[in-house]
Amino acid sequence: MTANRPAVVVRGLHRAYGDRSVIHNLDLQIWHGEFVVLLGESGCGKTTLLRALAGLDPIDGGQIQGPARPAVVFQEHRLLPWDSLWQNVALGLNGKDNHARAAAALQEVGLGDRLDDWPRNLSGGQAQRVALARALVQEPRLLLLDEPFAALDALTRIKMQLLVKQLVAKHQPGVLLVTHDVDEAIVLGDRALVMRSGSIAREYAVSAQARSHRSHPDAVALRDRLLAELGISAEAAPA
Amino acid sequence: MLGLLSWLVPAAMVLVWEGFARLGSLPPHILPAPSKVAMTGFTLLMNGTLLPDMGISLLRAATGFAVGGLMGFAFGILVGFSRIAGALLDRTILMLRAIPFLAVLPLVIVWLGIGESAKVFLVAFGVAFPIYMNTVLGIRQVDPKLVELGRVIGLSNWRLIRRIILPGALPSILNGVRYALATAWLALVVAETIAASSGIGFLAMDAREFLRTDVIVLVIVIYAVIGVVADSLAKLLERRLLAWHPNYASGTRR
Repeated sequence: MTANRPAVVVRGLHRAYGDRSVIHNLDLQIWHGEFVVLLGESGCGKTTLLRALAGLDPIDGGQIQGPARPAVVFQEHRLLPWDSLWQNVALGLNGKDNHARAAAALQEVGLGDRLDDWPRNLSGGQAQRVALARALVQEPRLLLLDEPFAALDALTRIKMQLLVKQLVAKHQPGVLLVTHDVDEAIVLGDRALVMRSGSIAREYAVSAQARSHRSHPDAVALRDRLLAELGISAEAAPA
Repeated sequence: MLGLLSWLVPAAMVLVWEGFARLGSLPPHILPAPSKVAMTGFTLLMNGTLLPDMGISLLRAATGFAVGGLMGFAFGILVGFSRIAGALLDRTILMLRAIPFLAVLPLVIVWLGIGESAKVFLVAFGVAFPIYMNTVLGIRQVDPKLVELGRVIGLSNWRLIRRIILPGALPSILNGVRYALATAWLALVVAETIAASSGIGFLAMDAREFLRTDVIVLVIVIYAVIGVVADSLAKLLERRLLAWHPNYASGTRR
C-alpha cells in the first residue's frame, strides 16, 4: 500500500493564535497511497493542522514539505450554486478537456448522469460526492478531508466511506482525514493518529482485518483503545 | 382566475372615468375621457410626433443609465475589493449619496444648460448610487467559504473574481439595477419637465400651454408603461441570470 515517496513531510510545526499555542513541535509524514486518520477532541488543533497543510493559514515555525496545492474536501460541500455540477468539478482545471475530465470524475462518484444539474437539486450526500469528485479530478498527491461526512446521516455516511476508500485505492493520493468518529478511523485508516494539545500523542497501525470487518477482534480492541485515548472508558462505550 | 380578478378594479375605474366624462360631469380641460386620450395617442402616433419624442426620451434614459451604471459598478468593484480604496472613497461617495439627486438640478442647469448633457448627467447621477451601493454590498456578502475554496483550488485572482465573486454578488447587483431603473426614469421625467425642447416631457409641457390635458394624460400613461416595461425587462434578466438561485428560479432544470 505504501509507496516509497512521502506525499507530505511535516517537521517541528508551530502554530499559535496570539500567544495561545495551538500546534507545537508536530512531526508528521504521510506516504503516497497511505490513508492517515487524525482523531482528537474538539480544540486539540487537528483542523488547524489540516488548514496549515492546505496552505490556508500561515505557520509560525517548522516546515511543511509537500505539494503546493493539496486537494481539500471540507465539512460543507462548498459547491458554487451558480455553476452546474460539471462546471463545479472543473473549477480548478485549466485544460481543453475540462468537460470530459469533469464528466469522468462525476461518473466515478455515481453522478455521471447529472452533469448539467444545479447543486441545489442534490441531497447532502450527493453534494459531498461532487465535492469529492472536484478534489480527485485534480489528481492530487495529497488529499485533505476535514470531517467530510460529519453532516451526513448514518447510512449515507457509511456509503460515502466506502466510496472514498475505493477511490483513494484507485487514485493513490496520500490522505489525511480529520474526524471525530472512531469507527470511521478504523474502517478507512492505514494509520490512526490521536492528537492532543497541539501534537500527535499516539499512533496506531490499523490491521487489514480490522479495516475490513467491523466486528473483528482487532477492530474491537482498537476501538476501545482509541476511545480511551479520547477520554471514554471501554466499559462506558457502546459496543 | 385570481389574476383575472385583480384586473377588475382598474377596469371598473377606467369605465367609471369614461362614464363621467361622457355625461359631462368631468370637464375635458380637467380630465379628458380615456377614449379621448387613446384617440390623441393614435393621432400623434400617426402624424409622426410621438415616436421621435419617445425615442429621444428613451435615448436620454439609456445613455444616462449606461454612464451612471458603469461609474457605479466600477467604483463598487473597486471599493468592494480593495480595503484601501474603500477607506479612501467610501465616505466621500456616501456623502454625495446623501444629496437628493433632484436637488442638484439647478446647479446642473447652471453648469450644463438645458441641453442633452444636463439630462444625461441627472439620470447618471441618480443611477450611479444604487448600483454602487448594491455592488459593494454584493461583493462583501459573497460567502467567504467559497472564496476560500477558490484559493485552495488555485484560482488566479482574475478567475476568483469571475467564477466566484461576481456571480455571488450578482443577485445584489441586479437588485441595484432594478432600483436604478426606477431612479433613472424619475430623473428623466423631472429633467424633461423643467427644461426641454424635445422628448415626451416636452410634449407634456408644450401641451400645458394649450390646456391639452389629453396629451398630458397620454404622456403620464406612456411614462408609466415604459417604467413597467423596464422593470419587467429587469425581472426577466434576473430570471435568466439567476436561474440557479432558488428565489428566482421558475422551476428546476431537470
